Amino acid sequence: MTALTQVTVAQARDRLRTGEITAKDLARSCIDAIENAGHLNAFCESTPDLAMEMAEMADQRIAAGDPPKLCGIPLGIKDLFCTRGVRSQAASAILDSFRPEYESDVTERLWKAGAVLVGKTNMDEFAMGSSNQASVYGSVTSPWRRRGSDVRITPGGSSGGSAAAVAARLCLAATGTDTGGSIRQPAAFSGITGIKPTYGRCSRWGIIAFASSLDQAGPLTRSVRDAAILLETMAGHDPRDSTSADIPVPEFESLLTGDIRGRTIGIPAEYRRDGIPNAIERLWAEGAEMLRTAGARVIDVSLPHTEYALPAYYVIAPAEASSNLARYDGVRYGHRARLDPGDGIVDMYAKTRAEGFGPEVRRRILIGTYVLSEGFYDAYYKRAQRVRTLIRRDFERLFDEGVDAILTPTTPTAAFGLGEIPDDDPVQMYLNDIFTVTVNLAGLPGISVPAGLDESGLPLGLQLIGQPWQEGELLNMAYALEQAVAFDAVPEPWW
Amino acid sequence: MSIDRDTARRVANLARIDVPEGEIDGLADELSGIITFMQALRDVNVDGVPAMTSVTPMEFKRRDDEVTDGNFSEKVLSNAPDCREGYFVVPKVVE
Repeated sequence: MTALTQVTVAQARDRLRTGEITAKDLARSCIDAIENAGHLNAFCESTPDLAMEMAEMADQRIAAGDPPKLCGIPLGIKDLFCTRGVRSQAASAILDSFRPEYESDVTERLWKAGAVLVGKTNMDEFAMGSSNQASVYGSVTSPWRRRGSDVRITPGGSSGGSAAAVAARLCLAATGTDTGGSIRQPAAFSGITGIKPTYGRCSRWGIIAFASSLDQAGPLTRSVRDAAILLETMAGHDPRDSTSADIPVPEFESLLTGDIRGRTIGIPAEYRRDGIPNAIERLWAEGAEMLRTAGARVIDVSLPHTEYALPAYYVIAPAEASSNLARYDGVRYGHRARLDPGDGIVDMYAKTRAEGFGPEVRRRILIGTYVLSEGFYDAYYKRAQRVRTLIRRDFERLFDEGVDAILTPTTPTAAFGLGEIPDDDPVQMYLNDIFTVTVNLAGLPGISVPAGLDESGLPLGLQLIGQPWQEGELLNMAYALEQAVAFDAVPEPWW
Repeated sequence: MSIDRDTARRVANLARIDVPEGEIDGLADELSGIITFMQALRDVNVDGVPAMTSVTPMEFKRRDDEVTDGNFSEKVLSNAPDCREGYFVVPKVVE
């Protein structure tokens, strides 16, 4: 039965319509696959009963004719998305047992389109992390292993559970969120596709906030076509999010022609860094050559402020987080600390927050509080916001000069082993985001597609960065790259 | 630039997060490491550059100022750690 979970979203959609398979069969095989993959810890909450109910409804809609786009497609949903009546904790102890009374806009759209919820996926607490080791539910283990080794590897983060689940064929696709690379980096580490759309494309309503000017939702899938199908449904204007764009969402899937003749693709000099593994250099060069062969013009470009992106990001994101996470105070929902006699309300806040937040979240709230505090605001926060303008201008200049997309590696290394980066070296962990944060700072769409394996057998990804609102173009270029790369490696089941 | 013990203590207090006295030194070191990493921003010439305040330039929509939902206090209170008679309950605030 588990073989059923191997299909892509596009294949499942077509087979459901012809009656070759049923939504219940598909849901059942995902539920079984999830039950048998406990070692990966990809799901923090599975919802088998709800999944079977939703699948039953999907089968009825298919039988009645004219089913909606995702009818019967089983999905994993990152724990950051609020799902009505289903535990939604952002993998944090401070939201202990939180069951929202409402549904996020993105998931509401998915359910309206007939998709089936099979469970909530594990993640780094409040989406702060690049290895999915900072979760109240424990680390996620990648389905991938180095050749001849049983060392446990990170699936990346923060959408690590989603990436591991999709790569291990536990569900057909999953949602993620990306504040500094949290969709693209785990997609690259896990040998799958992940797209972060333009800021404002997906509503942030009902997604637990990390850094509001950077957060965007997007899908993690096993093909570019599936990413197009999912994004088409997830995107759209929502008046409840004032930054949600009121512009039409194209039918992304219909734009996948693979014809990229005449497109101009830039290779940024600043992304060539010392110490980048040879395999990444090689796959990057090969990717550029493939796009050229497909008819694109590939040129060298410069993004001069790239090196300041990471420090600017690690000022802005924690600043916004410290403000967003002020709401977790033990009053209205989630955890409240046990109080001693005589404790007042401030003691309640401070004890609740000390018990509820994990070390990385605490660290970022404190950094954010510091850079926003009197005397430091101008030196750090204001300056970072001005540097952010410069980073955005770097991209705008290239787009004005006729560059359609930019090709880079997604990550500076392949996936590392769990525990290989020491807990007391946060900056080394932050360096994972070096090629992805620029895209969030500039609000642009970015996609990671699998590019190949390194010498130890771990997947690597290439990132394409597109113009604002041009996800259709971007997906088509990614589609052309995907066709040329023909990545077909899958993790050998050991779990 | 480094963060000393007093600054670490002050920031923890501002953020309303209890940090045991024994962890203050370690915390100050950790925060200093991150702040040092941010020093690179000082090398950038930002003269005349405006701060980015809107990610995607757009005109904010206006709407009528009117009540559009409400009357679901039970839902609002459904996740409360402590509530009584339709109110959130907290420790005494005013002596």
